[in-house]
Amino acid sequence: MNIVVLVKPTPDITKVKFDIEKGTIDRSSAELEINPFDLYAIEVAVKIKNLLGGTVTAISMAPPHGEKTLRDAISRGVDKAILLTDRKFAGADTLATSYTLAMAIKKLESFIGKVDLILCGEKSVDGDTAHVGPEVAEHLGLPHASFVIHIVDISSDRVVVETDYGDSYYQLELKLPTVIAVSRPLMFRGALVEPRVPRLSDILKARRAKIDIWNADYLSDVADMNRFGLAGSPTRVVKAFYALTSTKTPIVIKGDEGVDILIKILKEKGVLR
Amino acid sequence: MSWRGILIYAENYSGKVNSSAFELLGKANELKVRIGGEVSAITLARVDVDAVVQQLISYGADRVVVYKVSSDEELANQLIHRDAIVDAVNMFKPKLVLISATPWGRSLGPRVAAKLGTGITADCLDIYVDEQGDIVQVRPAFTGNIIAHIKTLTNPVITTIRPKVFPIPRPDPSKRGEVVVKNIEELNLSNDARNIKVLGVAKVKEVKLPDVQIIVSVGRGLRSREDIEIFKEFAKMLGGELGCSKPLVDMGWCEKDRQVGFSGNIVRPRIYIACGISGAPQHIAGMKDSEYVIAINIDETAPISKYSDLLIVGNMYEIVEKAIKKISEVKKDMLTT
Repeated sequence: MNIVVLVKPTPDITKVKFDIEKGTIDRSSAELEINPFDLYAIEVAVKIKNLLGGTVTAISMAPPHGEKTLRDAISRGVDKAILLTDRKFAGADTLATSYTLAMAIKKLESFIGKVDLILCGEKSVDGDTAHVGPEVAEHLGLPHASFVIHIVDISSDRVVVETDYGDSYYQLELKLPTVIAVSRPLMFRGALVEPRVPRLSDILKARRAKIDIWNADYLSDVADMNRFGLAGSPTRVVKAFYALTSTKTPIVIKGDEGVDILIKILKEKGVLR
Repeated sequence: MSWRGILIYAENYSGKVNSSAFELLGKANELKVRIGGEVSAITLARVDVDAVVQQLISYGADRVVVYKVSSDEELANQLIHRDAIVDAVNMFKPKLVLISATPWGRSLGPRVAAKLGTGITADCLDIYVDEQGDIVQVRPAFTGNIIAHIKTLTNPVITTIRPKVFPIPRPDPSKRGEVVVKNIEELNLSNDARNIKVLGVAKVKEVKLPDVQIIVSVGRGLRSREDIEIFKEFAKMLGGELGCSKPLVDMGWCEKDRQVGFSGNIVRPRIYIACGISGAPQHIAGMKDSEYVIAINIDETAPISKYSDLLIVGNMYEIVEKAIKKISEVKKDMLTT
């Protein structure tokens, strides 16, 4: 089984600094790491490979320094990694990003044959859109499931998943090839999926591994180059603000008096009579 | 033909229209004044088509198109909904398409956008028309740290709107509208839709946290799994529900349905009581828009304090247990007198 994992290098959201005036992030303030949701996609991809055999390829679209996160993916059990990097890819919104990733998957198929399963995290911690998985599926004409909390079972031609619809979790059977965007926590065949901590030997091996670098021209035989990057992006950010400027100054109460104030406030708010 | 009016998608995968559709209708009628054209609604239904139509009209749709499906399995197949929305877009040519940013809507919306080759903006908190007459979509990004204003250059503009942000308008049962009923078989369903088999409901959510008005949340301050019951009891006593932070879900102490935060539920209740939650950015992203926040924390400097209206410094167990005792005494008094 050929598995592709879409991996997004994202800044560590707990460390990144924001430019409060401009509403942008200071890219130098935090290193790129694997989007936390994608760690689960990588782990489950490796588990599926161990179960059914095959290959796991990680694909990222990122600036050249995104290469480091792909090495991290290799240390976590991915066999092969491809970095899509080119100025022509820059400024892409989710439609252009998903198109580029979908075309890279097509290109990959010309080397390794049919890709059976595409895994990714349900969303990224920087973009927060949850668009890319479903859009990649649409570009490739495949079914997909997003917000998947459980990959119940998988065989060479189908996969059963539980997905969050909002009111309930539904069980779906998807025919392969398909796209699965995973949530966290995630279960695989009844057991909790825990992203591994790479061993030192794997980290060292990953350092020497070859990362394939693909540019826009390299995809020209499968893709419409006008659909890459900013040119292929229908949305534009017109302005942005830093949102967590909340400097609420709470009333601070210490000790037992807190109980009385708590009850008093709950009464004032109509929660208690 | 020019792109005019607004199309709202009324989510119905279970046989019941999600009430967030009425919120979209309210907002669409407000935007209609600036955007022009009509407010149309599209939905799918298996039974009770007339009732669904009347409901959508009474909440503000000028016209409704319903695609009739023949089984529950079809109704819960997202790609059939995608085909129906694409058909409705081709029929009405709306300037704007609104979809609720529920998990279902956030999975379906991008399929529609990519199929139509147009832009989509996720999980918006607001949408307005600027001085140039352009539609501007307002959404959080970077785990809620940034608010971005976004324009779409292509047609239609597709936006998913976070539920509970806009109010449900007052229904007008006397309102009349145009109705189109189509059988889903009339559409040439895409092949990918046939590659999904809906096996059924795996589990109904125990609690729908975004709908809850009073949330008592627990975090790492909790000492054991059993102790959850204390805080659950407190939540019930206040007519609310228990929430939790991510670490408790990761440890398997609490169900994911109760998780508040970026990777769980984004909530905006009337009252949010955070017990033993320090306030990691990913938790703040899930609760910062709550109307009134009470933090109970041993550490006065915990980040949560910056997002709280009332901070009670102390042991969360002592404070909550004493509060439970006092409240039940008052209740007992009321019963005896």
